[in-house]
Amino acid sequence: MNGMPRMILVLTLITASAGLILSLVEAVTREPIAEQRRLETLRALKSVLPPTDNAPDADTVQLVIGQDRRGRDLVRTFFRGRRDAELAGVAFKVVAPDGYSGDITVMVGIDPIGTVSGVEILIHNETPGLGDKITRPEFKGLFAGRSLENADWRVKKDGGEFDQITGATISPRAVVGAVRRGLEFFRDHRAEIVATQEGGMP
Amino acid sequence: MTLSHIFRKGLWRENAVFRLLLGLCPALAVTTSAENGLGMGLATTFVLVCSNLVISALRKIIPPRVRIPSFIVVIASFVTVVQLCMEAYFYDLYKALGIFIPLIVVNCLILGRAEAYASRNRLVPAVVDGLGMGFGFSLSLFVLGAVRELFGSGTLMGYSVFGLGYEPLLLMILPPGAFIAMGLLLAGMNRFDARSR
Repeated sequence: MNGMPRMILVLTLITASAGLILSLVEAVTREPIAEQRRLETLRALKSVLPPTDNAPDADTVQLVIGQDRRGRDLVRTFFRGRRDAELAGVAFKVVAPDGYSGDITVMVGIDPIGTVSGVEILIHNETPGLGDKITRPEFKGLFAGRSLENADWRVKKDGGEFDQITGATISPRAVVGAVRRGLEFFRDHRAEIVATQEGGMP
Repeated sequence: MTLSHIFRKGLWRENAVFRLLLGLCPALAVTTSAENGLGMGLATTFVLVCSNLVISALRKIIPPRVRIPSFIVVIASFVTVVQLCMEAYFYDLYKALGIFIPLIVVNCLILGRAEAYASRNRLVPAVVDGLGMGFGFSLSLFVLGAVRELFGSGTLMGYSVFGLGYEPLLLMILPPGAFIAMGLLLAGMNRFDARSR
């Protein structure tokens, strides 16, 4: 057998075997990958929330925060941390679209009345050595204990009270702005976020 | 040519990055630290050895006119295997290398070796060629990453080398630093070769 039929046969066999092998590998790694992603979320939640004794990633509320350009709903998940069944804090992700290079995704943790307990930078592409200093504890530490009422949510250069980073004002300004908008959303929708009974949507 | 010759040519005389100038896109893009360079190098080595093995084994079955699509399917499958395994078991490295893992598929080094070597040689030499080329590539990326990390952040494999007083030469971490470091290393290698000849 030669010529065209053989080419079709060989290429089909190769792609079919490749597909088979890949589906096996995918089946084996599916669980560990899901677990890794879950652990990553849990690590971020743990670092921004006050101590909790539940699994905040299993006690969530989802709210529509707006529409994207095509009119589809943008959903934000609120993770609720509890201690002795009492609400200890709420965590959620905010996205700063105005960083120096691409979106900055930030996990924000607050107590039930809206005071920040911690922030964690999850995804960013800021300049190494300059903008990426937003991931340093010195910068992230600026947020703890601040709320919409007790702080001016701008960087110092704009007249606020958050230290910018020498040589990089854009990244901190974007993060501060995104956290502020997150806090405002929480203030306006506090009842819905806090009220639902434990369990919530998985 | 003996097996040890085949292995050694990939390390220096036909080094992928500094001699054949193949696979420069990942070589320049991910080498912001020694660890990233090494991780990328080893991932590429794995794909290269596996694809050389399979392509050499199938070399008499694959009709010449469909060899390129066949090679690419084989290479892309192994890259996907690496990507899934890395995400499952080496998550931090996976996050650091990001988009460059799927791009191993288009690393010219791998298709180049499949076409120029594995499809024309027997199984054992093809695997040894993959190992040699892969280790040469890993070594180059490690050295490039180490130089850039050393001057750009003052650390090596994450450990501080110059102490706290060192003001990092930021340029070395940024894209231009990749070209500068690469050029200087290449010049150094040429000089070494010229002298020892």
